[in-house]
Amino acid sequence: MSVHAADPVSAAVAHAFRDERAIVLATLIRQAGDFQLAEDSVQDAFEAAVTAWRRDGVPANPGAWITTAARRRAIDRLRRDRSGANRAERLAELTRLEPPDEEELPMDDESTIVDDRLRLIFTCCHPALAMPARVALTLRTLGGMTTGEIARAFLVSEPTMGKRIVRAKRKIAAAHIPYRVPADDDLPERLRAVLRVVYLIFNEGYTATEGDRLVREELCEEAIRLGELLCRLMPDDAEVWGLSALMLLHDARRAARVDPGGRYIALDEQDRSLWDQGGIREGLARLERAVRLRRPGEYQLQAAITALQIHAPEAGATDWAQIAELFGALVTLNPSPVIELNRAVAVGLADGPAAGLALLEPLLRDSTLEHYQPLYAAHAELLSRAGDTVGATLAYERAIALTGNAVERAELERRLGALR
Amino acid sequence: MAQYMLLVYQEEVGPAEQAEREREMPMFVELHRSLREAGLLVGVQRLHSTESATSVRVRAGETEITDGPFAVTKEVLAGYYILDCADLDEALKHAARVPAARYGTVEVRPMMPADEWLRVSREAGADLPDEAVRDMA
Repeated sequence: MSVHAADPVSAAVAHAFRDERAIVLATLIRQAGDFQLAEDSVQDAFEAAVTAWRRDGVPANPGAWITTAARRRAIDRLRRDRSGANRAERLAELTRLEPPDEEELPMDDESTIVDDRLRLIFTCCHPALAMPARVALTLRTLGGMTTGEIARAFLVSEPTMGKRIVRAKRKIAAAHIPYRVPADDDLPERLRAVLRVVYLIFNEGYTATEGDRLVREELCEEAIRLGELLCRLMPDDAEVWGLSALMLLHDARRAARVDPGGRYIALDEQDRSLWDQGGIREGLARLERAVRLRRPGEYQLQAAITALQIHAPEAGATDWAQIAELFGALVTLNPSPVIELNRAVAVGLADGPAAGLALLEPLLRDSTLEHYQPLYAAHAELLSRAGDTVGATLAYERAIALTGNAVERAELERRLGALR
Repeated sequence: MAQYMLLVYQEEVGPAEQAEREREMPMFVELHRSLREAGLLVGVQRLHSTESATSVRVRAGETEITDGPFAVTKEVLAGYYILDCADLDEALKHAARVPAARYGTVEVRPMMPADEWLRVSREAGADLPDEAVRDMA
């Protein structure tokens, strides 16, 4: 965030920035019909707030103050810039919203605010934008992240990220990407696209091993916040709750995933006392809410699998049979060799290594997985459990040859060493 | 309302496969009729094959004329539509209805209105009077 909370006024501005920025921006984009104009005007309004609130005191309703200030800035900018497209209509629309005297307009009712943020999410995650642009635009407009922070999180330079965001905004304007919640027949597919963006943001923060750890944690937090916003805005969609549950359940184990030296710790070796029980309870409650809607989906299944892994009092007591069954349902819903692999491992742990190896057999012949390190690591693990030390050695060696990640390599070499 | 050009790219195929495509023309006719009845169709044209294309370049005052399209690609421009649509979602929906989208690619491009063209050029310093807008597009 660009505002530091050194004194009460700065703190109030920072607070308003965190809580109100996306709401004000989403509404002004609709009223002004222009992403860039709206964003610049909201930025101006927050900058003006620092001086004005220091002089006049913090207003009773900071959100309303920022909304009015941002709209007036947009009007000023439109009046100054005589060349903009549809300038006259946009000015008319914005000035129509100005109250005749200085008194504040009543705040938009809750439903309009909700709609605007939903519109904003669907526009930022529109399939006509490239995935990296969707992610960046979502974090920039709905999350409070600056371009520099997003650039650091995705390990690209700030000018590159800036260009990516500007290009996306230009495309939204030039191609008339609509600012609205999609119609019913498009909604399920478009909502899936939104959830994919949110989950990608979460995973980027959760799984990547490179980069600034604090910024990565911020990505997880932004994704969880976006998930919560979607739960509030679309409470009738089971997958919205499923994704929110999945992210909370993963995030609750964050502290246990890495040892003080930065080494990754696999689930079955994690210190369960480090798990955040509050996060787990909230995640489970959301999963339950999702399941009650009786519309199964991939995020709910993944969250259910994670819940079962967490539920066991210790790693050895995990209910692998049920996990294998859930992976089976996931494969039916979303056929993917990677999920097949996870299912084979779960079956191997539930019914013995022979059953798992039988499921792994076709995957080992699948050319798309030829260079997929986890396949050989899983093969090695199952062979080792089946007592085939020679086969397991070969599979570990293959997995080691395929990994480019030092942490993974060390772990595989440790397991290979333990065979002998 | 905005205008979009739908550029239809497809592979140029042998006579047997082309004949198969020709037999699908009633589907195109049906689409064009429906677009026209909805008041969306500004224009549609099919192009002759790239065998008949000629490319022109003027370099250092010299006109170079070469046989063939501007670039040799697997899929080539085979025709276009100009549609009036409310927004990109509507244009994308109609693009998916073009039968050629099943074997080729339909590229959807927003068209720049004349007044925007004038504004952009003026901002860059072009000396253009207001009435130039009539001749721009």
